[in-house]
Amino acid sequence: MAEEKGGLVFHPMDQFIIKPLFGDGPIGMFTVTNMTLWLALAAICVIGLLVIGTSRRAVIPGRAQSIAEMMYGFVYKMVEDVTGKDGIKYFPYIFTLFIFILFSNFLALIPMSFSPTSHIAVTAILGFGVFFTVTAIGFIKNGAGFLGLFWVSSAPLALRPVLALIEVISYFVRPVSHSIRLAGNVMAGHTVLKVFAGFAALTAVAPLSILGVVAIYGLEVLVSAIQAYVFTILTCVYLKDALHPSH
Amino acid sequence: MATETTGAVSSCVGSDGSAIGMPQLCFEWFPNQIFWLVLTLVVIFLVLSRIALPRIAAVLAERSGTITNDIAAAEMLKNKAGEAEEAYNKALSDARAEAQNIVASAKADIQADLDVAIAKADAEIAAKAAESEKAIAEIRAGALASVEEVAKDTAAEIVSALGGKASTKDVSAAVAARMKG
Repeated sequence: MAEEKGGLVFHPMDQFIIKPLFGDGPIGMFTVTNMTLWLALAAICVIGLLVIGTSRRAVIPGRAQSIAEMMYGFVYKMVEDVTGKDGIKYFPYIFTLFIFILFSNFLALIPMSFSPTSHIAVTAILGFGVFFTVTAIGFIKNGAGFLGLFWVSSAPLALRPVLALIEVISYFVRPVSHSIRLAGNVMAGHTVLKVFAGFAALTAVAPLSILGVVAIYGLEVLVSAIQAYVFTILTCVYLKDALHPSH
Repeated sequence: MATETTGAVSSCVGSDGSAIGMPQLCFEWFPNQIFWLVLTLVVIFLVLSRIALPRIAAVLAERSGTITNDIAAAEMLKNKAGEAEEAYNKALSDARAEAQNIVASAKADIQADLDVAIAKADAEIAAKAAESEKAIAEIRAGALASVEEVAKDTAAEIVSALGGKASTKDVSAAVAARMKG
């Protein structure tokens, strides 16, 4: 997407390129890349906050422990409120998703960093992972009764086949929207940041451009947290549908 | 996947190092991305489910237990304080009642003493008064007798000075009659 424009050079998509971390060469399955680095950093931050931060097990928590407990309580309450008591045993999975997306998003806001959640490959794995897990849980818990999710028994009989078709389509579109929503938001935000930053090369618009970068950055901070929240709560909603398929 | 352009190691990156199209849609990177993502997620999940989440759950449970205990203890102490206050108030009112009793009995004693003393004093005063009256009566009687005598003497003297002669008996009779009148 190199775009030459009177001396201005925009490469807003270059930040998403995956490069080998050591040396040059083709990227095989196990090549350590810049994405590996930032995934590892996310994991390290998660461990730092949730394991090392809580290592004192203080009854009166310190700063790190307070944050860890707040996140725990936030996601726990979300799972409990949306899926009910029987969804609690899936809490570690949902918390893993939430904390991973949250830390990936926030780490991606560091300048020169790499944003794993902007890659559709990443979010598709997350989204389809949720989709297949939830579908499997639905069939295991309810057997064929899970198909009742698509058969709207409260609707008039004549409408039910039509509604069933719509329900089935919407069910299968879920993982797509689930994953593209996250990747799209993060990618768009970072691209816009880069474009604004590119304009800073022009002296005339540089102040405006920097102001724009600051504003979009603020927006991105919000988006990072909100997208993590949205992904998590949608996961809870899908899980609720699997546990209680009746309308 | 090598292309003709030098320096490019991928079909998704141009010779100048910038991206061709969206790097997000570069399928040759997918296996790598998926591998590292799954590895990261598994590591995070294992660490969270084995260490972090049980620990936080334990801490939260312990805290809510501590808070419940503290609240119970505080409730107990509050009750105790209430009892203590009640006992204090009771003791205070008892002491007040006793003090009132003591004051009343002391007052009664004093009153009785006073009454006795007053009665005694009254009696003494009455006795003294009677004595005095008696003395006064005596003095008065004495004075009357003296007055009569002085009057008789004076009358006899006056009569003799006027050249008359009066018997003592007449003079006495005349004085007595005058004094009666």
